[in-house]
Parts: sequence; C-alpha cells; structure tokens
Amino acid sequence: MNAPMPNLMLDVARLRMDFPILSQMVHGKPLVYLDNAATTQKPRAVIDCMANYYAEYNANIHRGVHILSQQATDAYEGAREKVRRFINAARREEVIFVRGTTEAINLVASSYGQRLWPGNEILITEMEHHSNIVPWQLLCERSGAVLRVTPISDAGELCLDEFERQLGPATRLVAVTHLSNALGSINPLRRLIELAHGVGAVVLVDGAQAVAHLPVDVQALDCDFYAFSGHKLYGPTGIGVLYGKAALLDAMPPWQGGGDMIREVSFAKTTYNDLPFKFEAGTPHIAGGIGLGAAIDYVSKLGQPAIAAHEHDLLSYASEQARAIPGLRLIGTAREKASILSFTVAGIHPHDVGTILDDAGVAVRAGHHCTMPVMTHFGVPATVRASFSFYNTIEEVDVLIHGIRRAQEVFG
Amino acid sequence: MSELRDLYQELIVDHYRRPHNYGPLVGANRHAEGFNPLCGDRLTLSLNVVDGMIKELRFEGVGCAISTASASLMTDALKGKTEAQAEAMFQHFQALVTGTDKAEAPVSLGKLEVLAGVREFPVRVKCATLAWHTLLAALHSVKQPVSTE
Repeated sequence: MNAPMPNLMLDVARLRMDFPILSQMVHGKPLVYLDNAATTQKPRAVIDCMANYYAEYNANIHRGVHILSQQATDAYEGAREKVRRFINAARREEVIFVRGTTEAINLVASSYGQRLWPGNEILITEMEHHSNIVPWQLLCERSGAVLRVTPISDAGELCLDEFERQLGPATRLVAVTHLSNALGSINPLRRLIELAHGVGAVVLVDGAQAVAHLPVDVQALDCDFYAFSGHKLYGPTGIGVLYGKAALLDAMPPWQGGGDMIREVSFAKTTYNDLPFKFEAGTPHIAGGIGLGAAIDYVSKLGQPAIAAHEHDLLSYASEQARAIPGLRLIGTAREKASILSFTVAGIHPHDVGTILDDAGVAVRAGHHCTMPVMTHFGVPATVRASFSFYNTIEEVDVLIHGIRRAQEVFG
Repeated sequence: MSELRDLYQELIVDHYRRPHNYGPLVGANRHAEGFNPLCGDRLTLSLNVVDGMIKELRFEGVGCAISTASASLMTDALKGKTEAQAEAMFQHFQALVTGTDKAEAPVSLGKLEVLAGVREFPVRVKCATLAWHTLLAALHSVKQPVSTE
C-alpha cells in the first residue's frame, strides 16, 4: 500500500483548539504567544495524559511487582521508544531521560569529560546558549583542556572555514547548536560532524531549539550526542533527553549514583546497571516522560514537513513586514533559518518594546536569551525575540507588527 | 492602554532621550555599579559627598526607558540632599513604585512621582529601582556591583 501523501496544509484554527491556554485573553486582548523558543504551550493530550498517570496508575517504576508499577513502567518505557523513533536512534537504550538539555550537556561534560586532559581542546561556537558554554568552561577548569570558539558572521552564520581551521588532532570534543535560539540560524550539522570526525573528535549537538522545528535523525547526522528538552517540544518541563551512541555511553563512567543505576551494591564493590539506566539514578520524572511521549505523538501526527512549511511561511512574512519598519534591525539573517525573529528598534530599549507588546497581548522575550556572546557580537545589550510555532497565524504576526509600530508611537 | 500611557509618560520618554546628569563626575568620592541581569541594564553612579551632603552626582550606562529616566530623575532630586534624606527618599520611592504607599499623607516626591505608573507593571519595578539600589551601595561604599537579582 502506498503511504498517503503528506498533507502540507495545517488546519491551524482547529489545532489551536487543542491548546487550552491559547484561547485566553491577556490585558483584555487575545493572547498572541510568540515566546515559543523559551517554552512551547501544551496540547490537551499532553496535559490529560499526565493527569491520567497521577489519577489512574501513579506508581514507581522498574521495581514494583504490583499492577500499577507495571503500567507505569510500560508507559515510561513506551515513551522512551517513542523518543527513539522520533530521533531515529538505532537502539532504545541510547535514549537517556534527563531533566532537560542543560542536564544532558552537563552529563556529557562530567562523564565523557573525564577523558579530557591538559592539551586537549573543546571547540564550540560563538552562537551557543550559555548552557552549551559554561559546562565546557567548567570542564576546562577541571581537566586543563582549552576551550576554542568558532566565530559567526554578521549574518549570524557559522564561519565554516574558521571551524575547519580550528579543528585539529588536539580537538577531542565539538559542541554545537542545531538551531540558534537567539538568531534562528541552522547549522550545517552533517558537514560539521564529518569534519569533526575527520580529526577524531566526538560531537555533541544542542538540539533544544531545533527539535520542535527541524527533522532530527541522529543516525543520518552521525552525531555522537544529541540533547533536547521536552518543554520546547510541546511536552512538560523537567524532562529531556540525552541521545548517545551506545558504544560511547557504555564506555563512559556513571554520572550520578543512586537507585536504579546499579546492578548490585555492597560496601566492597558496586556494579552498575546497563544502559540507559546506568545514567538514570533515582526515581525519574515519570509523568514528564509519559507527557513527552504524548507530545511526540501529537507532533508526529501533524508531520514535520507540514510544521516546517507553516513556520517557514510565518517567518518569511514576519521578516518581510519587520524589514518595512523604519529603525528596525534584524539580528540574525542567515540563509538557513527557522522560527526565530530577533530584532532591535532604534531608540527603544528591547525591554520597553517587550512591555508595550505585552500590553497588546503579545508575549515575546526581551533580553540576551542566554547568549551574551551573541549580543556582544552584534553590539547590543539585548534584543526582542518573537519565536513561532505551528499554532501561530499570519494574523498574529500582524498584531506583533502593529505592536512594534505602536511602541514607536509611544516613543515618538 | 491608559496604564501603558501612565508608564511611558512624556516626562519619562524625555528623560530617556535626554538624561540629566549623564556622564563622568570629576572629583567624585563615591562610586557604585548597578546591574540588572534580567535585561542587561548597567549603570555607574558617581557622587561627591561632603560632610554628609550630596554636592553632586552623575550616572553613566545603558538601560531601558524606565531605568534611564529613573536614574536621571533621581540625580536631579538628590542634589543638595543629605545622605539621611536620600535614604528616606529611597524608602518613599520604593513604596511609590510598588504601590505600598498607603499612608494617610504620602510624602511628596516631586517629579519622581511620574514613575508611579510602574506599580501596574511589577516586572518593571526592578528597572525603576536600579539607580536607587546603586545609590545605596555608593553611600554605603559597597565594592561589589549591586544586582537586582
């Protein structure tokens, strides 16, 4: 049987009804939620499935002999399988549940990082989020390794030549974002990973921003680690994923010690559990894992191509409208870009633009977006960032644009 | 909308555009730095305090309209005031912008009262008080930059 043709048109009006929060009024105006890069809203399916776990089969997992524990374990491990399929990992045990992207990166820095020595180098990029900078700085302090940073162009694109030049036999690890949260730039991951592997470095991809907007196939990318958070993928906060190649994870020492991560404990010797449990000490965020599974079901049903097509339309329209506003400067104009419209308005501080937009019902982020080096690069203290989701509409972009013009009037 | 207009009154926008007492202060004997990590606002305050009286004060830095206008208005208001008067004004100002000045006869803060609209915008209170926290640090000779977080 032939697979049905993917439907590239989303019925956005209907989809919005799946998100209870989107129908509310703020300051007497309909909420226009354009802060999706900070966190996405949750569909009813996710909210219900988490409430259902607590109401119907709340129990600890992996150890109970009773029926509720079995149900909870099945649901939690079922969610792991959903994640595996979603990112096309080869094996289920390559999917480690963590609190979020930050914890995933810290896990790798702490555990894999024990192999790093003085003289080794870690290569990151100028567009990284603080959570993909600071763990490596801490690792460098502990290990004596050196942190190197590939610069970005004034369009917000990674300088590929410079990246290639900075790679060398000393490079042990490369950590790079898939999609910049401050600029929207999409990095050419396959090329970067190929180059890094060429010098024998392992590659960690920060997928926090990408996972809701771009297809992720960890085998096609051939990345060694891929980290993301559930809450930016329409799932709950407090749950995230570290994908790692099994051979690497197997060879890595455990990170946190505790229950679930052990096979046998005595005061003479403790042996550790198999993957993925070796890296999952303690009772996990069971409801979170199950909720993330429900979120993946939801977005998988819409289909990545349809989501990407709609978000592309929103970003193109918003960019075009924004460019027509005198004094507006787009920060981040990479050719390959998704979901993020970062900008400044001449003579108005981003924080003031944010307040005036909020008054119009528009939720955006105003600040440095945890990317202070990016702000330094562009010589601004902060930007206004509107970030889109498949549930946003062209009409909402119009409200945003109108709000920016309103800010100019207030400051006129 | 009227709340927004209360926040961004003409006087505030004017002080943001053309802040008073902006720049370095020659002969200053007190300094402090203020920082709001939420939005990246930074300001440096320099004072010349003689026998407990603020003879002169100026500020420098980058900030939003609210923090810049507040610093500008504050430096206007504190010239010639004693340290004790300045600290008392800080208390009254904080009550003004947080909406806790429920006293029978609120103390008049003159032009500073233009910032009363901030009380409707709780997340912006830190912007309005950054200069004042920095002032306190300068008067108490705190060496670490003060942070609103």
